[in-house]
Amino acid sequence: MLATGCNTADDILNAAHRSEVKGRSLWRDAMGRFARNRAAVISLFVLGLILIFAFFGQFLSSHDPAFVDFMLRGNIKELGGPSIENGHYFGLEKEGRDLYQRTVQGIRVSIMIGVIGSLVSVVVGTLYGAIAGYFGGRVDSIMMRIVDILMAIPFMFVIILLLVIFGRSVFMLFVGIGLISWLNMARIARGQTLTIKNKEFVEAAIASGVKPFTIIVRHIVPNLAGVVIVYATLLIPELIIIESFISFLGLGIQEPMTSLGALINDGASQLNRGTPWMIAFPLFFFLATLYAFFFVGDGLRDALDPKDR
Amino acid sequence: MALLDVNGLSVTFKTGDGFVNAVNGVSFSVEEGETLAIVGESGSGKSQTAFAAMGLLARNGTAKGEALFDGQNLLTMKQKELNRIRSQEIAMIFQDPMTSLNPYMRISDQMAEVLTLHKGMSKSAAVAEAAQMLDAVRIPDAKARINMFPHEFSGGMRQRIMIAMALLCRPRLLIADEPTTALDVTVQAQIMDLFGDIRKEFGTGIILITHDLGVVAGFCDRTMVMYGGQVMEEAPTDQLFAKPAHPYTKGLLQAVPRFDVDEDELRTIAGEPPDMSRLPAGCPFCPRCSIAKDRCQNQRPEIDVFGDRRRACHATLDEVA
Amino acid sequence: MSDALLSVRDLTVTFDVPRPGAWPWTAPRKLHAVNGINFDLAPGECLGLVGESGSGKSTAARAVIGLAPISSGKVMFDGQDLGALSPVQRRKYGREIQMVFQDPLAALNPRMTVGDIIAEPLITHEPSLPRKEVRTRVQEMMEMVGLLPNLVNRYPHEFSGGQCQRIGIARALILRPRLLICDEPVSALDVSVQAQVVNLLKRLQKDLGLSMIFIAHDLSVVKHISDRISVMYLGRLMEQAGAKQLVQNPAHPYTQALISAVPIPDPEREKSRKIMMIQGELPSPLAPPSGCVFRTRCPFARPACAGDRPEYHVVGGDHVVACPWYNQLENSTLTAV
Repeated sequence: MLATGCNTADDILNAAHRSEVKGRSLWRDAMGRFARNRAAVISLFVLGLILIFAFFGQFLSSHDPAFVDFMLRGNIKELGGPSIENGHYFGLEKEGRDLYQRTVQGIRVSIMIGVIGSLVSVVVGTLYGAIAGYFGGRVDSIMMRIVDILMAIPFMFVIILLLVIFGRSVFMLFVGIGLISWLNMARIARGQTLTIKNKEFVEAAIASGVKPFTIIVRHIVPNLAGVVIVYATLLIPELIIIESFISFLGLGIQEPMTSLGALINDGASQLNRGTPWMIAFPLFFFLATLYAFFFVGDGLRDALDPKDR
Repeated sequence: MALLDVNGLSVTFKTGDGFVNAVNGVSFSVEEGETLAIVGESGSGKSQTAFAAMGLLARNGTAKGEALFDGQNLLTMKQKELNRIRSQEIAMIFQDPMTSLNPYMRISDQMAEVLTLHKGMSKSAAVAEAAQMLDAVRIPDAKARINMFPHEFSGGMRQRIMIAMALLCRPRLLIADEPTTALDVTVQAQIMDLFGDIRKEFGTGIILITHDLGVVAGFCDRTMVMYGGQVMEEAPTDQLFAKPAHPYTKGLLQAVPRFDVDEDELRTIAGEPPDMSRLPAGCPFCPRCSIAKDRCQNQRPEIDVFGDRRRACHATLDEVA
Repeated sequence: MSDALLSVRDLTVTFDVPRPGAWPWTAPRKLHAVNGINFDLAPGECLGLVGESGSGKSTAARAVIGLAPISSGKVMFDGQDLGALSPVQRRKYGREIQMVFQDPLAALNPRMTVGDIIAEPLITHEPSLPRKEVRTRVQEMMEMVGLLPNLVNRYPHEFSGGQCQRIGIARALILRPRLLICDEPVSALDVSVQAQVVNLLKRLQKDLGLSMIFIAHDLSVVKHISDRISVMYLGRLMEQAGAKQLVQNPAHPYTQALISAVPIPDPEREKSRKIMMIQGELPSPLAPPSGCVFRTRCPFARPACAGDRPEYHVVGGDHVVACPWYNQLENSTLTAV
């Protein structure tokens, strides 16, 4: 790309005195490709709106999420529907609390569970996989067999068991999701590491006498980042679904806290009482969040795909 | 009438950075039984020229101009007719035989498929014919080895299989894209020897696309040199090597370390191959040319025919020599 | 030779190849990639290693630099046996021995800037060096290999193949090593750029007094840059001689075949060139032929070749050949081929 124009000796001398040229990193290239992907950009925008809504939405309503509106509670079907006048924008939920506030809280909790679980998997899974893949041999065999064993355990069962034995708490939910989320990531990271460690730039580092841990941090992990980011983005909605499922079973988030799954569960139980808004609003945000994450993940995958380089 | 007559062929690719003109107004022709070499560096458009003529461009590429095979334009032809010509009249061989062989199919099945599909032969007759062809490309013990899978052969043997497959329908034109680049020299010598025999035996016209001037010297009737998607020079091979009429050809010939000559320092062509998305307005070789003038920077040289040679250069023949 | 910078004695590199369908605990088969080779390298000398794919030339060089395991034999660098060192001690020799790789782009970390790539060996071995000093040394090095120093912040994918190879050379030379190993440094480059890189390497070798091992399958390039050439086949050294001597008077049948197969870009000479075709295929390195490994494809092979491994015979000066019949070949069958 620098070969254009005439490379005369004068040119070279002049250029040498010019200031340093800024490079265009692969990240910037990838971001450029991402920006051209319309579905992904729109999804990212939607995701941004949902996040803003989840963290600032509570200030738009004067109701307290725990406050039970006894004025309307007696006749939720007739009076508890969505209304601008009484401030219950999304109506009331089955206990008579403000559904708007509950939804805002639910989105926040659900996204946090997804993001934190995904972060755990990024940190633990990437390092675990990179170490196993880089050292190879017996280290690799032992580390990956551990992953195999953990994977063979039906994780839903384990999470449910954890929640039943240690009691339902957000902390336990995080522990359970954290325990399983990094396994796939470790496998993916290891597979990628195996191909990267045979690249000549890693050999060059070995031949230069760079220490193994430095090689992993400096050469392996940055080149894993593309795959890891894509997988982590796609893992967030998966974890949200898992959490929702557990909440749907009634084992997840505990009252007075709530999550999208718990709200959908509540709404579903009231379906035949003629209060459709109870399921409609949480379900809408649930689906919007999932789709947005999936499209962004897909867009990232296309943008970071090594074949495109 | 020439077997293949390409006129004003241009290829444009649509990429993320805009349009890239990979080939710009290339013309050439190959007679029945003739061997033409297309020589160029990476990005010179030599492979894309052949791909475009065959209608094998990647989806983001478009070709303009005409490619007449037997008087019929391959570029505007119906897909069905083009497929017939591509399978029976023109065959292609690529650099890496493994990409064109199905790793999960026996050689016998892959080769027989060509014959049963295009010639309507029975399976057993097709396999027998295939074995005969493998014999013709000098694969030892062809009858037994025809039942093996591609990965069980060495690189040189795989390339022989590709050649045998290409010859199955007795094509009139064979296009070989860097057929020996991935091979060792001793194997390369064997394969080039085989090409020579094929030309004699089957009278096939051959287009040899390569970057290796050494391979061309011993084998091709005519040589066409490409740079930056354009034809720089074309001439009978002997004349081109003896008296190059374009500064790029001359530089290229001098830059190859010679086995039979002692030299202290290699002569080089300064600079780097051009970025095809930002070609100079004038001659594409201008930024690296040692005898470039002002005119070369803004004005693209026209193809100039003299005798049985042609070239695209503003400098006079004396200035080049 | 006691004044040699590098001396390799009986170097053998074996790799484990699992038997197909075997249990994890059954002993794997041994693949002898390099099978007992010897060579010396004097300070400031360039040794060319030629051979076709599967000859073990790259593996031999990788064993010297520590990228392949030394199974037996000695690699003496400056009087120190590199194979006997612990990994930590071995790493210190990264200062003295460096390597230039075949694929110019793959040898550079795509996520690092050119400046960081070139600086890596320097900050590894001199971690206390101030950043400004590092940057100055990097830019000096870039100028030395013909790159514009103001491009330090660019990324590898913004450079052409030839420029990437210059970056690789700058990285290899920033510590001023005494030995540089070039593994097919120009075979991935365009012809017009090849010559630039060959000239650059030759100039740097002379200016910095480097010892060099130059690996290539292209005999013409090797002949151009090397003082001496070693020819390898199936993990063994077949012949070794001064570059000119080897090309003009090859003694081993394999070398003769190899040289005759090199195409010459001159139609007149090319037409008169007599190619000595070698028949058949490279035997599997898992089961190399007994005695002389080349005998299965050698046009002059005789029954005695299957017996013991051939000794090295001195043709004259430093010209040695692993063929006992080398001086009886010309008049016997060569004319018939």
